[in-house]
Amino acid sequence: MVPLSHYLALSAILFVLGAAGFVFRRNVITIFMCIELMLNGVNLAFIAFSRFLGNLDGQLFVFFAIVVAAAEAAVGLALIIALRRNRESLNIEDLDSMKM
Amino acid sequence: MDVLFYICAALAVLAALNVVLQRTPVYSALSLIVVMCALAVVYLLLDAEFMAVIQVIVYAGAVMVLFVFVIMLLNAGRETPGQHSQLARWLGVPLVAALLLEVLTVVWTQFPAESFAPAAALDAGPKAIGQRLFQVYVLPFEVTSILILVAILGAVVLAKKET
Amino acid sequence: MATFSDTGFLLVVTLLKIAVVLLVLLTTIAYLTWLERKVVAHIQARWGPYLVGPHGLLQPLADGVKFLFKEDIVPLEADRAVYWLAPFIGFTLAFLSIAVIPFGEGFTFYGRTITFQITDLNVGLLFVFAVTSLGVYSIALAGWGSNSKYPLFGGLRSSAQMISYELALGLAVVGVLMISGTLSLRGIVEGQSGFLHVHGVNTFLPNWNVLKQPLGFLLYFTAAVAETNRVPFDLPEGETELVGGFHTEYSSLKFAMFFMAEYANMVTVSCLATLLFFGGWHGPVFGPVVLRVFLPVFWFCLKVFGFLFFYIWMRGTLPRFRYDQLMAFGWKFLLPLGLLNVLGTSLVLAWLSSP
Repeated sequence: MVPLSHYLALSAILFVLGAAGFVFRRNVITIFMCIELMLNGVNLAFIAFSRFLGNLDGQLFVFFAIVVAAAEAAVGLALIIALRRNRESLNIEDLDSMKM
Repeated sequence: MDVLFYICAALAVLAALNVVLQRTPVYSALSLIVVMCALAVVYLLLDAEFMAVIQVIVYAGAVMVLFVFVIMLLNAGRETPGQHSQLARWLGVPLVAALLLEVLTVVWTQFPAESFAPAAALDAGPKAIGQRLFQVYVLPFEVTSILILVAILGAVVLAKKET
Repeated sequence: MATFSDTGFLLVVTLLKIAVVLLVLLTTIAYLTWLERKVVAHIQARWGPYLVGPHGLLQPLADGVKFLFKEDIVPLEADRAVYWLAPFIGFTLAFLSIAVIPFGEGFTFYGRTITFQITDLNVGLLFVFAVTSLGVYSIALAGWGSNSKYPLFGGLRSSAQMISYELALGLAVVGVLMISGTLSLRGIVEGQSGFLHVHGVNTFLPNWNVLKQPLGFLLYFTAAVAETNRVPFDLPEGETELVGGFHTEYSSLKFAMFFMAEYANMVTVSCLATLLFFGGWHGPVFGPVVLRVFLPVFWFCLKVFGFLFFYIWMRGTLPRFRYDQLMAFGWKFLLPLGLLNVLGTSLVLAWLSSP
């Protein structure tokens, strides 16, 4: 059996890669995808713990996390479409003022 | 069986690196799909068979399709390198490495294999998850349905053209 | 404790099953093309392929050779990686869902049972849905990778259609799941054995789910035809509409892969329809042991062939939907009907099980 720390190490690597991408990338859609990467890393940690502690609640939490991520992706991508229509740019350095 | 986890883990890490480092959003999206499918296999290895198929059907098969559609419709081309200070770039990579090392140290040492042996295999089939979902977690379930409804309405309103 | 000979035996048997199933599937797809041309031709009062071999039976061979030798044209501005990846994804996924489909009962061989199924997953039905969900990518990426107007719009329309009808497909099957109580395909078929008993009276009808879920079956088959992009839902790839839809810019081998993927999807959908609604391999079984083992497989293949013939029949007969009619049909008609089906089934089951 693969020890728990290996699963958590994979989860940590995915999360840190997602966080690094979130900070360094400039395309709004890529930033969004790095957020999804972070969420995936956390989901893996939940399921690993659910298996090792024998509790099904971890998997239910992942179920709800996936549902919330889907809702968030829908709204976020709609926002990006609206942004692109109004600002003509997907570069986050151009999206720095609240004025239209 | 254990070697399958290491193969999938390596695949997931390589694909995640590709997500973060690729200049074209479409390739990042495809690499993210690979990460999700690799994680689905890892879930299967952790006896979470229902969550593995849910991950593929919902996350990789619906949410990522949404991403790919938006990228194709907005025709998001290659990302050009920005003009910010070189100091930030030279400082960034070592800081990320430091963060990674820190998190890995905590994760590796705080969960020793002896005190965290796997519990007895639990029944994670659809029936068990369904029972728990509709008996203990029925309120969050109903709240998420309202959440999805709000998200649908919000997405439709936001993406509509103002005619 | 599994001994080495047990795992070795399992490995050899599984590889053998995979080889046989792939061989049969590829031959079926090749001769489906022949059958389609023949049946559509006869519906249109003409002969169809006639020259190559008796009654055109060697036509698929000729088509295969043609595809191999055709010139491979790649558009200049096409996105290389995505353009090459799309047909391979579609082709691979189309052949993946056949792994959980049971063809028959199975037999014992020197004390070990061999089932006519490559692997029986506990969530077998959801596995097929997962593979279908991923199949949307091959079309979307094909449309985008060609870097040209018609394929892009064809690809996006086709992907949107497939995603919309996936919902109706899932809902149509929930009624069957409530009756069977299991997601394993073998379990669903085994629940349909014997005769249908209504209030304890033995009607001599088979205990198939289509008699318990007629609306579910109609919904499933309609949604499945839309999922596989066949007439009357084939607007995104119709020849008279968007030139060729998402596969306009593809030629020779890659086009053949899309073609084969579409037929393989048809076969998968027909297999699922027989398993979920028409009792799978159940049928009259008689005779010596060899016959008893292979007759269920024969009944299964007969039923699947019936569905494939129906697919081709529809192709020759029905006109196609306009795109907005198609989407309205999926969202405003099939989805509410699916929900009503789930509601009705659950009410009836709750009433039947109450003391």
